[in-house]
Amino acid sequence: MEVRVANVRKEFDRFPALHDVSLDIRSGELIALLGPSGSGKTTLLRLIAGLERPTRGKIFFGEDDASLKSIQQRNVGFVFQHYALFRHMTVADNIGFGLKVRPGATRPPAEEIRRRASELLDLVQLSGLEKRYPAQLSGGQRQRVALARAMAIEPAVLLLDEPFGALDAQVRRDLRRWLRDIHDTTGHTTVFVTHDQEEALELADRVVVMSQGRIEQVGTADEVYDTPNSPFVYGFIGDSSSLPARVEDGQVWLAERPIGLSAPDVPAGPATLFFRPHDVELLDGCGGCIAGTVVNSRRVAETRRVELEVGGDRQRVEIELPIDHAAANKSRIAFRPRKWKLFPRAD
Amino acid sequence: MSNATTRTGWRFRQPSVIPGFGLTLGFSLAYLTLIILIPLSGLAWRSAALGWADFWRIALDRRTLHALEISFGTALIAAAVNVVFGTVVAWVLVRYRFPGRRIVDAMVDLPFALPTAVAGIALTTLYAPNGWLGKPPMALGIKVAYSPLGIVMALIFIGLPFVVRTVQPIIEEIDKEVEEAAATLGASRFQTITRVLAPGLLPAVVTGFALSFARGVGEYGSVIFIAGNLPNVSEIAPLLIVIRLEEYNYAAATAIAAVMLALSFLMLFVINLLQSWSRKRYG
Repeated sequence: MEVRVANVRKEFDRFPALHDVSLDIRSGELIALLGPSGSGKTTLLRLIAGLERPTRGKIFFGEDDASLKSIQQRNVGFVFQHYALFRHMTVADNIGFGLKVRPGATRPPAEEIRRRASELLDLVQLSGLEKRYPAQLSGGQRQRVALARAMAIEPAVLLLDEPFGALDAQVRRDLRRWLRDIHDTTGHTTVFVTHDQEEALELADRVVVMSQGRIEQVGTADEVYDTPNSPFVYGFIGDSSSLPARVEDGQVWLAERPIGLSAPDVPAGPATLFFRPHDVELLDGCGGCIAGTVVNSRRVAETRRVELEVGGDRQRVEIELPIDHAAANKSRIAFRPRKWKLFPRAD
Repeated sequence: MSNATTRTGWRFRQPSVIPGFGLTLGFSLAYLTLIILIPLSGLAWRSAALGWADFWRIALDRRTLHALEISFGTALIAAAVNVVFGTVVAWVLVRYRFPGRRIVDAMVDLPFALPTAVAGIALTTLYAPNGWLGKPPMALGIKVAYSPLGIVMALIFIGLPFVVRTVQPIIEEIDKEVEEAAATLGASRFQTITRVLAPGLLPAVVTGFALSFARGVGEYGSVIFIAGNLPNVSEIAPLLIVIRLEEYNYAAATAIAAVMLALSFLMLFVINLLQSWSRKRYG
């Protein structure tokens, strides 16, 4: 089912958590809400679920105005970060709960509910654990039970709040791949919240980058990584380095020198230069480049991260070199970013 | 959170590497022996001096049986009432913020602190046939003070804090997300309470019941004022014991006491079994 968030604002005790947010989610899409803590991503998810009421604005499920419906009527599957399983019920009873509480006319017979629970357990690869209690399961298993429970009610939308947040790195990676598989099999419209960009970029069809109660950018993993539309997105998605710069005559200037990058489309004035630390070209001489003194050099996996002090006011930037690169031993390095972006600065 | 390892049965559980197991266990046993076991065995020994025939004659005496029935019956009813309303009070205190909440919270403890005789006198004045709260039911022909109903009222008063204070921390611990999960799955508020919240509260509620009940069975001070103390009608077992003592009939007193002890122990034991069963299930 399509979900449309239209100009939603949410305040908690006069403190705005979301400012005028609009978002269209297509049917069957897997969407990630990505942002730092306090960016409003969980609030947006809870508004879609109906666990909070918007201060202003509406939320549509298909053509229906969901704002008029209670949580119970919305038919959403919600998966919580800390599972929120019913600990006095067996795994099978947890999964069947949503069907058992239906009013008599629409409630499937007990036999059918049991069959459905064990089908879902197969789907989440926990066959045979029907009789266990949540306390007897590992964290990853509990989260899979929680997902099965949410899917049992055939939800219009599946909402996951930091579903892997409480799990260790290895389990997270497995579950991530597995969630993608489940989504491809069942085709539920799915929205999940995460602060882990790797998770968002790897898993989602589209990523919604949020900051301070606003949506910064909506796009595929390629779009938000390659063409970030704001300094925040550039800084938040992937590694980045930035330097205060200036645009004059279509050239980028750093302190008192042009650095050999032309920016004909950017209006003259102060700006911030963003680039990826690994996407730089090293230069020998310096007739138009960024040059800096090495202050720090660290080996990180297959690269060496070098921290440089640039210019008179000693701005620090980071670049990445191949580990065996000769420049790593030098005390002064000159480079020029291959791909970069300028954002005008207001000062 | 308990797990599968609780199924160790009667085996000693491997003590942890932190020392002190022997010392603390030894101390606990010695202390319990000194404080509880020795006085209680003294009681058993004294009543044993009677011989079986006399013991059963006193224990099965009509007046004794009535007194025991009143004591245990009223305590059970009062505990049952307290479980329901105490849980409601605890719920309100935890879940809602309203002016005067702290005062209400403090008021719950008053029955703990008040000398029981004071409570008894106050309640008797209130519930007496011409008292403030005694008059309206009297008009309907229901006598509160000087009847078993009065005893129940006194025991409800005495036992309330036990339920509230045992259930309150558990309600505080309820994860809001569990309620939200139930709501998203389509459960109505009523279904959420009966199927999701109540089972989680059950162990604490049972504990509260046991405490309130135990306190009610042993209660003396507040009850003797309000009960009227008519033999076979509103005479409680502890009072009968005191009466026997005043008659210098120590053997009869200890015999009744021994019966009370056995019954109380049996009931608390059953309640404990219930509790460990529900703990195991609901971990």
